[in-house]
Amino acid sequence: MDDEQLSEIFKSEYSNLIAVLSNYYGLTDLQLAEDIVSDTFLKAMKSWSHKGIPKFPKAWLRKVAQNLLNEHHRRKKIYDEKITPEIRAKNHQINFIEITDKIIEDSQLQMIFVLCDPDLNRESQLCLALRILCGFSIEEIARALLSNKETINKKIYRAKKVIKERDRIETNLTSDQYISRLDNVLRVIYLIFNEGYYSSVDEENIRHEICWEAMRLGLFLSEQKKFPKQKIYALIALMCFHTSRIDARTSGENGDLLYQEQDKRKWNKNLIQKGSKYLNLSAVGNVVTKYHLEAAIAYWHTKETKEKWNNILQLYNKLLTIEYSPIIAMNRTYALAQANSIDEAIQEAHKLELKDNHHYFCLLAELYRMHNNINKEIEYLNKAIEFANKKNEKELINDRLEKARR
Amino acid sequence: MKNFMMLFHSEPNPDFNPTPDQIQNEIKAWQDWMEGIGAQGKLKNPGEALGFEGKTMHTDGSITDGPYAEVKEIVGGFMIVSADSIEEAIQLSNGCPALSSGGKVEVRDIMVFDEM
Repeated sequence: MDDEQLSEIFKSEYSNLIAVLSNYYGLTDLQLAEDIVSDTFLKAMKSWSHKGIPKFPKAWLRKVAQNLLNEHHRRKKIYDEKITPEIRAKNHQINFIEITDKIIEDSQLQMIFVLCDPDLNRESQLCLALRILCGFSIEEIARALLSNKETINKKIYRAKKVIKERDRIETNLTSDQYISRLDNVLRVIYLIFNEGYYSSVDEENIRHEICWEAMRLGLFLSEQKKFPKQKIYALIALMCFHTSRIDARTSGENGDLLYQEQDKRKWNKNLIQKGSKYLNLSAVGNVVTKYHLEAAIAYWHTKETKEKWNNILQLYNKLLTIEYSPIIAMNRTYALAQANSIDEAIQEAHKLELKDNHHYFCLLAELYRMHNNINKEIEYLNKAIEFANKKNEKELINDRLEKARR
Repeated sequence: MKNFMMLFHSEPNPDFNPTPDQIQNEIKAWQDWMEGIGAQGKLKNPGEALGFEGKTMHTDGSITDGPYAEVKEIVGGFMIVSADSIEEAIQLSNGCPALSSGGKVEVRDIMVFDEM
């Protein structure tokens, strides 16, 4: 077994074991579940250092985690019986069975739905999902979300508290409940993916891993029989198209490369094909979600044909009717410049009036650059710098200013 | 060649939550070090890792929790090596991962009683 496989086992068993402890054995206390898993890993670290890695490392970890949980219940029972006899805790009748892949899969699924609790705010859902579902360390999450350990710890702590206050983890969601929560689950996966794809952290491997984890969760959901598949397929297609460009995108010397600066030969053709496959699968039936539209836009971005920009423009128009966001409106304006005319795009851009958004001023500057109006370009780039708050964004804009002045 | 026992002393840290990478690095460090001794043909027995739980029976028959007065003195594991002298044996502990995490390595000779 090589080092990579070993790290992989720890990462995947982290979320597997927490899911099983919580769902199968009914622990609502995620902290306790995490402590048990941490202890299990510590034991593995000591024992495997000396004795070598066992033949079946996963089975070893599962068995030890079960024993630790058993031990916890034994101690808790003594506490309950001898110290607080009147509050006699609910009779935990626990049958220890072999933890099979089937139990893990069911528990994982349950866990996704528990963690994507509509009562938790976006940020907490995201942190919790990265920690519990994807097995990222607090440091890694802090780096990915451009935050610090303390803040992430607090968020996770509060989120766990909300879940703990539920009497028990809902182990028997009806299929209606599953389906009604699916949108929220997809949104969390989408957020996880975006975090990996757009975060301005330099560390490529963390970013890539987050993207792959989001795709893994998407594929996992798509294999479950209880859900309507179209939305899930559309989200997977979207993630495939974006991921196909991730290597080309992160290959710049000074931060990420923009779409038009990327070396198209570095796009991953295999992922583009997969994306197309899932996009076709998602088109069965008459459901159109924002994932469908965004996936279709991403699809056209992989093409170099005449009708490309016109199609992208139409798709952005539809997307705006489903969900308005300033980013979509700005992207639509750029597509307008490519599909129709720059004059029309400049007119439309001025109508948006997003007065404190540096992306907006960058867009105006870009449109004037395409129009060969250098004075206006410089004017808007200067405005953009005023409102940019991240260091790397200011640097990018400065680069463009230098180019414009040449 | 004589046999020596290496005792690894370390301090338990209950707040240590290792990441997968840290665990992997620790396992690799130990295995690399042990294999280095094995490659010289001097690893007699890879020994065992010990947990941090323990009880002690005293002369008067009383039993106490924990085997130790001093936390830093806890034996976390042992193994047996063979060497020509105790000087050589203690040199083998160079590079032991216990040393880089604030622990220490104690080497003791194992007594041999011939003609028994």
